[in-house]
Amino acid sequence: MTVRIQTEDFDLGAEILHLRRGNTGIGAVASFVGLVRDLNHGTTITEMTLEHYPGMTEKALAEIVEEAKRRWNIIDALVIHRIGPLKPTDQIVLVAVSGAHRGDAFAACEFIMDYLKTRAPFWKKEQTEAGAHWVDARESDETAAQRWIAPST
Amino acid sequence: MITLLYFARLRESFGLSSEQANLPADVADVRSLTEWLRQRGGAWQEELAQDSPVRVAVNQDMADPDTTVHDGDEVAFFPPVTGG
Repeated sequence: MTVRIQTEDFDLGAEILHLRRGNTGIGAVASFVGLVRDLNHGTTITEMTLEHYPGMTEKALAEIVEEAKRRWNIIDALVIHRIGPLKPTDQIVLVAVSGAHRGDAFAACEFIMDYLKTRAPFWKKEQTEAGAHWVDARESDETAAQRWIAPST
Repeated sequence: MITLLYFARLRESFGLSSEQANLPADVADVRSLTEWLRQRGGAWQEELAQDSPVRVAVNQDMADPDTTVHDGDEVAFFPPVTGG
């Protein structure tokens, strides 16, 4: 289980190769890559800056990955999140999950991403032609995360 | 003495990313700490208003108004998160 916060870009192919290297029990790798778009609510974005809470962000991501490991039968997981200034088309985030079969890998990957969006301390500031502003949290992200809350018994 | 951290829009509004503070004896949890900071007025009063969606973490774990605050703690205030 690996969590990395970095300013540098990442190479999906190289990261997946590293994640699965030497493990013959892996039958599936599911991955998600998030990108910077040039539009948000109809406004053109020229640049975006990602801020995080050093220490807590890594801890929160590690806890999310551990929770995924408890819920699904997965072998390994990798989360990379970039910080600092980013431009449209840049990669922001990578989540990759390996497992014996695709079902658990897909589910764990989506769970990690949904929880990252609503529970890991990152904040986006968008630079537009009209000036800079902090991005508001989206209701739809919280709704997506709520799907994973286990029904109480 | 506790360490207070402010992130994103709050950091900009307060013009401050961190500070050390000696808490009055009646400040013992997140609710009373927030109220104490709100009394600074101006941006503090606005950003920490009772209906604001500000999140609080104590020692890097998400907290709620009842979470207790002790000497030596690290308490962070920030807006709802928007990563990914």
